[in-house]
Amino acid sequence: MKRSTRIRVNTILIEITLVIVSFIVFLPIILAITMSLQPPEHVFSFPPKLFPRGFEIQNFVQAFHTVPFARLLFNSMLIAVCTTAGKIVTGILAGYAFASFKFFGKSLAFAFLFATLFLPAETIMIVPLFSIMRKFGWVNTYWAMIIPFMASATNTFLFRQHFRTIPSELEDAAKIDGAGPLRYFWSILVPLSKAMIGGAAIINFVYAWNMYLWPLIVSMEDQMKTVQIGVKMMIDAESANNWGIIMAGTLVALFPTLLVFILLQGVFVKSLVRSGVKG
Amino acid sequence: MRKFLPYLLLIPTFLVIILFIYWPAADSFRMSLYKVSPFGNRMIYTGLGNFQKVFSSAEYRKAVLFTTLYVPVTVLLTIFISFFLALLLNQNVPGTRFYRTFIFAPYAVSPAIAGTLWTFLLNPVVGHVNYFFMAVFGTQVEWLTTKPYALIALFFASVWKMMPFDIIFYIAGLQSVPDELMESATLDGAGVLKKMWRIQFPMVSPITFYLVIMNIIVAMFSSFAIIDVMTKGGPGGYTTTMMYRLYLDAFAFQKTGPASAQSVIMFGLMAIITVIYFVFGERRVHYR
Repeated sequence: MKRSTRIRVNTILIEITLVIVSFIVFLPIILAITMSLQPPEHVFSFPPKLFPRGFEIQNFVQAFHTVPFARLLFNSMLIAVCTTAGKIVTGILAGYAFASFKFFGKSLAFAFLFATLFLPAETIMIVPLFSIMRKFGWVNTYWAMIIPFMASATNTFLFRQHFRTIPSELEDAAKIDGAGPLRYFWSILVPLSKAMIGGAAIINFVYAWNMYLWPLIVSMEDQMKTVQIGVKMMIDAESANNWGIIMAGTLVALFPTLLVFILLQGVFVKSLVRSGVKG
Repeated sequence: MRKFLPYLLLIPTFLVIILFIYWPAADSFRMSLYKVSPFGNRMIYTGLGNFQKVFSSAEYRKAVLFTTLYVPVTVLLTIFISFFLALLLNQNVPGTRFYRTFIFAPYAVSPAIAGTLWTFLLNPVVGHVNYFFMAVFGTQVEWLTTKPYALIALFFASVWKMMPFDIIFYIAGLQSVPDELMESATLDGAGVLKKMWRIQFPMVSPITFYLVIMNIIVAMFSSFAIIDVMTKGGPGGYTTTMMYRLYLDAFAFQKTGPASAQSVIMFGLMAIITVIYFVFGERRVHYR
């Protein structure tokens, strides 16, 4: 009796703490929504409001005029979708090579790939990758924002791990039935990996959508920038500091990744833990 | 066919990593030994001249100092708060799924947007956090443009952004702590705090170690966007990390040689972190 009441008290305490903590953690996003819906005359009201006085979409309309936001959204979407698709295709192919084949130089190739995880990507981008892009004539193009990110060690390892969990009897059976390695790959391995592909797609999409440093340095014209840079452009452009407009733009930039995350949280968390990628 | 197939399968991945990771990495080592001639038309070999220039620059030393302040504090705060929240979320009280969604949400937020949100919350006129501080402490603070506060502002945004990643890993780790262990400790009369420090924390120590390493890397390299949006390294260079200094020297001041030398220093730091990870990580992993 005594113990069960103690457990119940604990549960209630934990429950209360969690309500408060989740509220605080999510509060910046709630307040951004409040601010974005605020009619202009209330933007500077003091003390600041917790919930909006009205429901104005004017700030969102304005956000699309302050910077070429529609174009930036298109750029971000194109870049995120292409790099995601690229990373998955190259990752599946390389993962298959490492999981199902013995070949000369395999462990060397593996080490070579593994070592890239310990090179700081941001540092490589700033000086040398930029100068390579200049040599290629790719500065200010989509190529610069897509091609260098079409493959990664993380994706290769993710698919290699996954393929190794698939029983090798399947491969033997396919061989006996006369299916070559490519046939086996295409009609057995890939269909069995749908969940893995989905998980990898989400992680790669969020990563690509949220990139900041690279688009900042490699896209000079406003037309070629991404939404992440667009948000910063808004802060710099709105000299009157109209936070209603800035928060509207911020929410538009945040919406795709937040939606994907909330809808597919389970898959997301599972794949994240499995891949152990950097945040 | 079977003989050549694996090589064919590896071509796309290796083409990308050689062209866009290894080549530029090697290039920054080469470029760190050269300087641009006075007319900017050719490269002159200077040996370690660039490194000398970097280390004797007061600005760079300032950036190193700030990095050694910003990175450890951010990492410690993130680790402790995350472990605590993971413990709460691991109790599986009703509604946990719901709480998780809210607490994990910052993971989907980019560093740039995290910076924007906190710039707004700390704004002296319209910001809610700023208003809260004014109501509690009675002082009006210019968060992003005055000295200790700009650093605190970065802590808010960085910890908020980095937390979910750690919590996700901690929850996964806590779930692998055997129930019998916790139950027998309870029967022995161990309280919640004692169980936490004597059983759960040591049991997840390999994860803590992994997270500390990952958080250091994120705080050193990926916090760039947060700083660029919130403080631009200011006031007066106060919040300029080594990474931000590198960016400034490369793009704002076009000092290619010193910037390349700084890249090499960053590679060196990363190498040290990697060695620590493998030397100490191995030993700890056996703990499991």
